[in-house]
Amino acid sequence: MLTKRIIACLDMDGGRVVKGVRFKNLRDAGDPAECAASHARNGADEIVLLDITATSGNRNTLLGAVRSTARSLFVPFTVGGGIRQFEDAAAVFDAGADKIAINSAAVRDPSLISKIAARFGSQAVVVAIDARKTDTKFEVFVAGGRIPTGQDAIQWARQAADCGTGEILLTSMDRDGTQSGFDCTLVRAVAEAVSIPVIASGGAGSAHDFIEVFSDGRADAALAASIFHFGIENIAQLKRELHEAGILVRWPC
Amino acid sequence: MIAIVDYGAGNLRSVKKAFDHLGAQAVVTDQPEILATADKIVLPGVGHFSSLSALETNGMREALLQAASGGKPFLGICLGMQWLFEGSEECTEISGAGIFPGKCRQFPASVKSPHVGWNSLTIQKSSRLLRDIAQDSFVYYTHSFHAPLLAPTSASTEYGLLFSAAVEQENIFGVQFHPEKSGDVGLSILKNFCEVVC
Repeated sequence: MLTKRIIACLDMDGGRVVKGVRFKNLRDAGDPAECAASHARNGADEIVLLDITATSGNRNTLLGAVRSTARSLFVPFTVGGGIRQFEDAAAVFDAGADKIAINSAAVRDPSLISKIAARFGSQAVVVAIDARKTDTKFEVFVAGGRIPTGQDAIQWARQAADCGTGEILLTSMDRDGTQSGFDCTLVRAVAEAVSIPVIASGGAGSAHDFIEVFSDGRADAALAASIFHFGIENIAQLKRELHEAGILVRWPC
Repeated sequence: MIAIVDYGAGNLRSVKKAFDHLGAQAVVTDQPEILATADKIVLPGVGHFSSLSALETNGMREALLQAASGGKPFLGICLGMQWLFEGSEECTEISGAGIFPGKCRQFPASVKSPHVGWNSLTIQKSSRLLRDIAQDSFVYYTHSFHAPLLAPTSASTEYGLLFSAAVEQENIFGVQFHPEKSGDVGLSILKNFCEVVC
């Protein structure tokens, strides 16, 4: 049976792993290659490296950091941040990524999704969606959560799937870094709207939050950063708890 | 020397990196002459079945068929394993090698496609490639089409139905999952391939 995935996310700024709260107040959490290897040893099913200031700083993804992180990592490795066009994606694959995550650039030009998928396969394309709840909908934000687009997150997820993305990485901006639980309403709405895997992100604080997002939220995978970096939750221990709660996970790893 | 066939498939580097890590001498090549001198062949792959059309253009298809029929240990990974069959519903214009009978098909509508993530192996019979791999070990998958179960199936996986996770017949080996992305289990499988003598 297919298991639910636990994904460790490394937010990177200037080549260092950092973690903020609601996309702000960044704290240093270490070297990306070391963090990735340590998470994989502890049982992370995948590693995501997001160059969170590449888009806002108007520069390309730090390929050196991608290369050194990929070197000794033998679990799936996704890289996002600063991928604006096809050539940027190709360079990131060349540096050792298995998948790329695109956010702002895909919103600006959805055909970028199909272009990258046509060359590297749908399985290699993850569309990252940052969404914040408004009175009437979940609104899509771009540029690391800085710019509102007016777009509805569920509609955008559907469109991205139609363009050929292989997975959706869905972040609740309201919950990001708060450790107050995933937004199961948002996750479930998107998971039921598309037929591709949905990775829930934003708000992980305890094993209970993961159980909830896999059962109530219908997520295929859940991603977290801060709880793993600062040792609040050990991935191996988390997977044991999920296993005991009847959630199918890769356990023992 | 292990030749990793380059036909533009996305995950070449991951496969090369895994062999490097194991201390095996591996080269990435798109030259039929190099295949002729290699001891073992790896046909990697991920993505669309149509990308295999690149093999048709430079004599690579013939070189691969020759290596396979000549008894060289040959490992197809993901799309590379699907190529060992007659073809795929994904792209009917491209023929596979036809070493194994049957076509690769889509998953039933009852499950999400692509099949992405870690799933368990049910080992069906003794296998050189899966030597010392524990029953129910987890491996990483990412694919939308699957190969049928048949006599050479050495391991199966369940996702909406049972499909061939690994096939093995004489010098020909195939895995639908990605050993290069399956942690220690995957590295052990690649190590077994390095040690296979046919």
